[in-house]
Amino acid sequence: MILILSLICIIPFLLILSGSFSSNESIVREGYHLFPTDFSLEGYKMVFKFPTQVLKAYGVTIFTTIVGTALGLFLITMAGFVLQRKDFRYRNVFSFFIYFTTLFGGGLVPWYIMLANYFNLTDTYTVLIFPGLMTPFLIILMKNFIRSAVPDELIESAKIDGANDFRIYFSVVLKLAMPGIATVGLFLALGYWNDWFTSSLFINNPDMYQLQFYLYNTMNTITFIDQMAIGTGITLSQDVPTESTKMAMAIVVTGPILFLYPFVQRYFVKGLTIGAVKG
Amino acid sequence: MLKELNKNKIMFLMLLPTLIFFLINSYFPMVGIYYAFTRYDFEGGLFGSPFVGLENFKFLWQSGMLLKLTTNTVGYNLAFIILGNGLAIFCAILLSEIRGKVFKKITQSVMFLPYFISFVLLSVIAYNMFNYESGFVNTVLKRFEAGPVDIYNTPWIWVFLIIIFYLWKNLGYSMVIYLAAITGISDEYYEAARIDGANIFQRIWYITVPMLKPTFVILLLFSLGSIMKGQFDLFYQLIGNNGVLYNATDIIDTYVYRSLKVTFDIGMATAAGLYQSLFGFILIMTVNYIIRKVNEDYALF
Repeated sequence: MILILSLICIIPFLLILSGSFSSNESIVREGYHLFPTDFSLEGYKMVFKFPTQVLKAYGVTIFTTIVGTALGLFLITMAGFVLQRKDFRYRNVFSFFIYFTTLFGGGLVPWYIMLANYFNLTDTYTVLIFPGLMTPFLIILMKNFIRSAVPDELIESAKIDGANDFRIYFSVVLKLAMPGIATVGLFLALGYWNDWFTSSLFINNPDMYQLQFYLYNTMNTITFIDQMAIGTGITLSQDVPTESTKMAMAIVVTGPILFLYPFVQRYFVKGLTIGAVKG
Repeated sequence: MLKELNKNKIMFLMLLPTLIFFLINSYFPMVGIYYAFTRYDFEGGLFGSPFVGLENFKFLWQSGMLLKLTTNTVGYNLAFIILGNGLAIFCAILLSEIRGKVFKKITQSVMFLPYFISFVLLSVIAYNMFNYESGFVNTVLKRFEAGPVDIYNTPWIWVFLIIIFYLWKNLGYSMVIYLAAITGISDEYYEAARIDGANIFQRIWYITVPMLKPTFVILLLFSLGSIMKGQFDLFYQLIGNNGVLYNATDIIDTYVYRSLKVTFDIGMATAAGLYQSLFGFILIMTVNYIIRKVNEDYALF
């Protein structure tokens, strides 16, 4: 049973991988297979024929992922630290201020109009980074984690030794909360890496497309060309390997995640286990 | 307040960026709810657009849009919650009973993998499997001389596909949480049961399942709270702008997004968004109130 479910989880990846290594002709003729019937690299050749666009999208995504994750982690850990301090009187008021945003909000449209028209964030890196910096869920996760990882006495004694609150946070709490930081960091990084939504709303300049949005766009453009070809009777797909290019593109974009996955998965499981269950 | 501010100056400073973030990202946009009551024009902006009262809501209601969107959104979410939690609990129990350590590790990793991929890749996967000419499913069907089926033009199939894709993507994540809860159950219970002669099914039914109840309730509450918010990425990436499927698959989030990006119906889109927010808010309050009455420990706040 578990084996079947695991297979179901992995087969779609094999299908895409196999598609990316198949010749386009064999896909058009026989459809997608689990293993390539006619091995070919033409899809990858097509993707890297014009490498600047792919590389630019990679650059944008790597940049926003690194900056966003680092900045987000810094702010979330600070907020989590302050909100769990029992000697901070307004901690419940501020916690509710943050939590309330999950209960009620203005919705997508007012949010969009404000960032685009009032803050003028269209086509900026700020808009790619800012909205993903934190969520109430991650702050609560971090707050709980710090509470269980750092004993109050330790903070107390650091205080007596003359350390100020920032100092305590920076040299005591950060070191003890490492597993929680790893988990929240992974959540953030995953969010930035997989983001296509922000580009689709705020970015018009193709040089600033995030990787996933670039993939999304390419898929749609190729499908569009294909449909045009069907309508007009011109079979473009013989000249351009559309099907295998789509799959190769998907692999190129997803590659780093699949490659890093075995290494980061462990931390994810560990952090979730400690932070989430205790609620 | 001032005294406290002075005493904990540094802590206030440390919290300040977070407060500003939520102010800009969540509280300022609430002012824009006003758009829901106007006929938006691009020249006028927020307060220059003509005020039309409840006209936007009336139109949404009369066009049947509000009803359809609500049933779809709530229906899908209920399916996600019930099937998602059920399957996750089932798998977590199965996996916890498996003794082979390597096998356990590998299967858990494999099942967690879909959680890490982007929704755009999910749409590529769907395309790969279900497209008319070369999709994997049709390739197989053709071999048995039963196809091809034009899945992208058949709305009812997508009801199941969306639910299956949701389960596929989230199973590993919720399973990990339940597995963690199972690991937390003390071995003594199982020892005692074994001495009393309980078989494996009795142990699962009388110990593991009841012990998972708190975790289940917490996850249930969180998901009930967001029952009006659909999984926007999932729906939009699978369905996109394929109008044939809207009736079976349109949720509030996709409708609002399209109204903003495609039809520029600002007033209508804001109205739908406000309806979503208010409905969700009332729902959470009610559920929380009921739960507080039944068992205070489980209440969210």
